[in-house]
Amino acid sequence: MSTPGSDKSKVPFWRDIRVLRVLAQIVFLMAVVAIILWAISNYRQRGMIFSYSFLDQEASFDLAEGIEFKPTDSYARAFLVGVINTIRVAAIGVVLATLLGLITGIAKLSRNWLVSKIATVYIEIIRNTPLLVQLFFLYFAVIMKLPKLSEAVVMPGPAYLSNRGIVVPWPRLAESFNLWWPFLFAAVAAAVVLIIIRRRNRQRIGRPSIKAVWVFACLILIPLAGWLLVPGDPLWLDIPELVRKSGGVLKVEGGVSFSSEFTALLLGLVIYTGAYIAEVVRAGIQSVAKGQTEAARAQGFTNRQIMRLIVLPQALRVIIPPLISQYLNLTKNSSLAIAIGFLDLYAVSQTMLNQSGRVVEVFFMIMGSYLAMSLTISLIMNIVNKRMQIVER
Amino acid sequence: MNDQTDVQMPPRVEVGVLGWLKKNLFSPWYNALLTVISLGFIFFIGRVILLWAFRSARWEVVTTNLKVFMIGRYPSAEAWRVLASLGVVVLLAALTWAFRKAKDSPIRRWLVLAWIVSFPVIGILLRGFGEENPFMPKVSAEVWSGLLLTLVLAIVGIVASSPLGMLLALGRRSRLPVVKVLCTIYIEAIRGVPLISVLFMSQLMLPLFLPPQIRLATVMRALTGITLFSAAYTAENIRGGLAAVPRGQYEAAQAVGLNKALMMILVILPQALRNVIPTIVGQFISLFKDTTLVVIVGLLELLGIAKAVTGQREFIGLHQEVYFFVAVLFFICCYLMSYGSRRLEKALGVGER
Repeated sequence: MSTPGSDKSKVPFWRDIRVLRVLAQIVFLMAVVAIILWAISNYRQRGMIFSYSFLDQEASFDLAEGIEFKPTDSYARAFLVGVINTIRVAAIGVVLATLLGLITGIAKLSRNWLVSKIATVYIEIIRNTPLLVQLFFLYFAVIMKLPKLSEAVVMPGPAYLSNRGIVVPWPRLAESFNLWWPFLFAAVAAAVVLIIIRRRNRQRIGRPSIKAVWVFACLILIPLAGWLLVPGDPLWLDIPELVRKSGGVLKVEGGVSFSSEFTALLLGLVIYTGAYIAEVVRAGIQSVAKGQTEAARAQGFTNRQIMRLIVLPQALRVIIPPLISQYLNLTKNSSLAIAIGFLDLYAVSQTMLNQSGRVVEVFFMIMGSYLAMSLTISLIMNIVNKRMQIVER
Repeated sequence: MNDQTDVQMPPRVEVGVLGWLKKNLFSPWYNALLTVISLGFIFFIGRVILLWAFRSARWEVVTTNLKVFMIGRYPSAEAWRVLASLGVVVLLAALTWAFRKAKDSPIRRWLVLAWIVSFPVIGILLRGFGEENPFMPKVSAEVWSGLLLTLVLAIVGIVASSPLGMLLALGRRSRLPVVKVLCTIYIEAIRGVPLISVLFMSQLMLPLFLPPQIRLATVMRALTGITLFSAAYTAENIRGGLAAVPRGQYEAAQAVGLNKALMMILVILPQALRNVIPTIVGQFISLFKDTTLVVIVGLLELLGIAKAVTGQREFIGLHQEVYFFVAVLFFICCYLMSYGSRRLEKALGVGER
């Protein structure tokens, strides 16, 4: 090898590390490009062309789930329906799974032996069986076995539970909402101002001058005052009702209904991911050294303060990175919807594919959508993560 | 010490059944409340499950179809070949377990060789020779189904993805920018999309990009998809193992005059791989669970067979029993494997120096 100071021209070029590095990269790149070109030529040989023009064509199939869609709409809109359905399931799923995971994770660490064992059994059962088996069980063996609509189980609310899904009451906007929403806005604005003052004072004099109760009071009292001032109720509760139509067909009118496929998928994803998040939370809390809690107690912090000010901020730093990957997993796992017939992005793409025969184009659309969603989640969570990590001195 | 007046009673010791109960279940009042709620919950769930399992469930759907669940459409006359393959694996596993303490005996080396040889042997056993062969007629891969197919997919998937994953991991750590970027793109793109879309690609897209002469069986295409998918995850695991090897090891290897390739093969990879064995086992467990996804592309692995069984005329609609059975089967396999991996982790002393 050349020592510093030796004449560089003595090294023949085939042993010059700089030349070799460039050469190796060129060879590698050429190999990859050659494989791609070979694949493309095979594709061409079959008389296939790559074009997205089919997206504007009429889809001529029906989609029963999600935003409004007619068979005369285009393929592009069909795909949009699928994307929105996926986002809907993933967004609600992430929130619910986090709640479930948080509760079970803390339950597993509970000093109560029974509670901790129940959490352990739940986590072990769920983590050691495939999600798809759980989904099949939930859909075919639980939800499909619910009574028919005519004998629907009426839960308090009233919510109707049947093998066609769940219908629950839902608040809807009335006309006077236009007069009411300024109150809502004012409430949020006041709360934000209070929080800012609170934080500033805490930095200046070391403790918040305004109690947190006032923030909540703002958020509740101002809209309540508005409710009383505005003529008529700004919101009304749309209560579902079982009606028999002219042909003897039973239907539930009003409320918001979740199809049985949506319910099964959402439940399955939440239960599955919840078990994983529980382990993440448990590991995070356990990662905070015991000395931290003891030191805080020695300084006279209360149990709640210890949790809020000492343990949680440190645990969150450990929790957030694996939590991101659980959110990503949930989003990706929502593609299993096709197995139980929920029309998510992947299931709609399959239909598009069967209708149009555009395999490669549709595949790139699927990949692009999932990658975009993954990147968005990582981006948001990385920002959160960064804010958490800055706490270090 | 003789002063009897100052003797204090010892603190109340919480031992025995009652002490344990009080300490663990009823100590502050809210814990008692939680305990009561939990007991009610267990009672409710337990009652529902027990009533179902012993009163209303029709288990004959499982008992009559047991063989179908295990080997599916594999011809019954040839079932002994599956058993023989299982026997080979069990024998090798037993030998490996028996000689786990004999660190330097030559038998261990032979065992490694036997494991490697067992793969083609089992492959031939399962697949057979020609159509007309009187001893072992051909059983095409299209017929493999049930738990057999699940195991084949998972094991071949993890084994085939290991070398690819190792190359990708080395590529991602490479100092050549082109290699690094391409490997990173591959790994991140695969990890960013669901397995089902990769399976879809291997089922429908792969044939379009291959010359028309090459026809892959459905199982082979599924295996390709699983391998390509799994390789990206293996790569990340191995990369983690590589990162855990201290820099001094690289420097020491270079100092004794090893070149790049020898340094990797003799010094770095053995340590890196030892670090990642538990992670790889974890990945195998999740791959084992993920093989159920091939049911979506039409293969009859364990879950696919289960779905088919629920359509049998005499057992139509017995979803609860069938899927419960499948779930229990998966649970037993996965739980044993994760238990084994925890033991392995301890035995290997990962994280200890």
